[in-house]
Amino acid sequence: MSSTQHFDAIVVGSGISGGWAAKELTEKGLKVLLLERGRNIEHIKDYVNAHKEPWNYPHRGRPTDEMKRNHPVLQRDFVLNEETNGMWANEQESPYVEKKRFDWYRGYHVGGRSLLWGRQSYRLSQRDFEANLREGVAVDWPIRYEDIAPWYDYVETYAGIAGTVEGLDHLPDGKFLPPVELNIVEKDVAARIKKAYGGKRLMIHSRTANITQPKPEQGRTNCQYRNKCWLGCPFGAYFSTQSSTLPAAMKTGNLTLRPFSIVSQVLYDKDKKRARGVEVIDAETNQTYEFTANVIFLNASSFNSTWILMNSATDIWPGGLGSSSGELGHNVMDHHFRVGASGMVEGFEDKYYYGRRPAGFYVPRFRNLGDEKRNYVRGFGYQGAASRDDWNRDVAEMGIGANLKNALAEPGAWSIGMTAFGEMLPHHDNRIYLDRSVKDKWGLPVLAMDVEIRENEKAMRKDMMQDAIDMFEAAGVKNVKGADWGYSPGMGIHDMGTARMGRDPKNSVPNGFNQVLDAPNVFVTDGACMTSASCVNPSLTYMALTARAVDHAVKELKKGNLS
Amino acid sequence: MNRRELLKMIAAATGTAMIGGTALSGTALLSGCASRPQTALVFSDQDILLLDEVAETILPRTETPGAKDAKVGEFMRVFVTDCYTPEEQVIFHKGLVSLEENCQKNYNRSFMALQPNEREAFIGQLDKYAIAQSSTGNTHYFTMVKQLTLFGFFTSEIGATQVLRHVSIPGYFDGELPYKPGDRAWATRW
Repeated sequence: MSSTQHFDAIVVGSGISGGWAAKELTEKGLKVLLLERGRNIEHIKDYVNAHKEPWNYPHRGRPTDEMKRNHPVLQRDFVLNEETNGMWANEQESPYVEKKRFDWYRGYHVGGRSLLWGRQSYRLSQRDFEANLREGVAVDWPIRYEDIAPWYDYVETYAGIAGTVEGLDHLPDGKFLPPVELNIVEKDVAARIKKAYGGKRLMIHSRTANITQPKPEQGRTNCQYRNKCWLGCPFGAYFSTQSSTLPAAMKTGNLTLRPFSIVSQVLYDKDKKRARGVEVIDAETNQTYEFTANVIFLNASSFNSTWILMNSATDIWPGGLGSSSGELGHNVMDHHFRVGASGMVEGFEDKYYYGRRPAGFYVPRFRNLGDEKRNYVRGFGYQGAASRDDWNRDVAEMGIGANLKNALAEPGAWSIGMTAFGEMLPHHDNRIYLDRSVKDKWGLPVLAMDVEIRENEKAMRKDMMQDAIDMFEAAGVKNVKGADWGYSPGMGIHDMGTARMGRDPKNSVPNGFNQVLDAPNVFVTDGACMTSASCVNPSLTYMALTARAVDHAVKELKKGNLS
Repeated sequence: MNRRELLKMIAAATGTAMIGGTALSGTALLSGCASRPQTALVFSDQDILLLDEVAETILPRTETPGAKDAKVGEFMRVFVTDCYTPEEQVIFHKGLVSLEENCQKNYNRSFMALQPNEREAFIGQLDKYAIAQSSTGNTHYFTMVKQLTLFGFFTSEIGATQVLRHVSIPGYFDGELPYKPGDRAWATRW
């Protein structure tokens, strides 16, 4: 049984990029169907834990043994906790295959991971867009910084990014709200690092999608410094689909949002060489529907957008729509991290802080700029913070009793820590593929992950630790300890690649406007399209690429080029 | 900050990782679907009273509330039952038996019958022994009791608001708040 309904455009996925696609398309007057595979989460109303304090949770936020057994992947890292339980994909219903260990953290609900993201928002630089070409890695990006710069301006202004103008070529400035301030120790360490390295290494304010001034036109209040972003912000203070793009799309009257809608394939018209719509399985009823549209945006998250392509038009291309490039599913990237340093800062015992920030400091990339040539290519940045120790500190020497209680009732010493986020090269052999022998709850084949970090990343990790140690020591931080806590692909939750943009249909899935080359009315504008990873957090770039692609799509529609 | 790396920093800075409820406490304990205990390990009312008194010895009521005020014994029952692996639960439950046995051996009385100074001396010795054991890589039950006492107390409403400081909606950030000794710590680090 099936029924068909027509829209001007269909957007698959309601996370960061899907929300943007829906906003831009509806604001340009198109009737849009926004499909989301999971349940709805309504802004504010459904943020069930947003006002809870630690003592309101039976286990004070920690995961239970049962939660761990239900989430064998999530329990590998901090993401499994009592506060956000239920906000991550059900691993029993939606399994995947780990040819090699791959930690895949998925948000299957309206808003996707826009509700659960780290909010760090940086621009790629001209150096990033030219790197593949210059080094002969993978393929050249089909765009340059100037192509995307106005779109960065556009999305930053709307989303609201707090940060500071620094004038760095390799970390372009943007349209910023006032920054989330550094504390006094971070400012002191930043000044010492600047002096010690003659300005070649810097510790700056992080650039974060938390608004520091209200946006009344979007109904959003400025950050209240509760640091509960992941629970959904009742103030709308961080950018999410729910707080920002979805209300804008709804306001146009042009949006139809359909939760519990799993897109199983893009329907392909081989005569016209165009997609004509999508097939949807209702996640609750298992009923199949067809929806048709003139243009389709795939924003299902990197690997799921690629999964849809792999499962589409298989009668023409066994590997799916876009597989004629030979690169569909290949070039998986993430940011490798969990390596850095920490130490103690002396002095400042008469200083503390008030308020819980949603972000700390950022150290922009400094390696392999200019003429420097390390034994690896690309680079890394650091994120971190300074704070005074709390009751959860090593107080073995205090034993037990009133002395212990009194000591822990006061803050401890200042400590500072940072971890690097390193660029991972696109590698053809880092890939995902369909494993048709394993099926999900709806009988659909699942993805298999075959990804590892390679020599370039391993060599970079040595610098990622040692440079952190050196910088802290140069800044007078005491008892500095470097550490590599170990990294498995996926842990960065920056899954990128598998349908990379490029200039040539023989080696790229979409073109420079994110159009799939075998079906130019299909656009891939989430992380799947990334040609290289840079070392900066990627979501801002998905926003800008999406807004740019929508602008192009609507112009092309009007010219009649997509039908 | 809720960014993951900083949680790791805490774990690194505090030495012993929190047992139970965290993926950091060693993958060996957490791998796969751990087999369930043959019989459910349950806490009796007496166990809760005992845990309350042990916790009170670790964090006593002074001019501010103590562990018993924050119902730390009851918290331990919930946390151990729900968050510990079966193996960890066994260590904890056996520990309570061993605590009483030790007490009988040293004082010819149960822990509940000890005077406050005796309790302090006994728990103080146990604390030193557990620290020594932990440094050799063994998980001692008293390390669990002490961790859960601190965790349960300082994350309770009484601990967080009457012993530490907590503001639900700070509203702004001040990165150089004046501080003088005696001023209380924030209940959460950031």
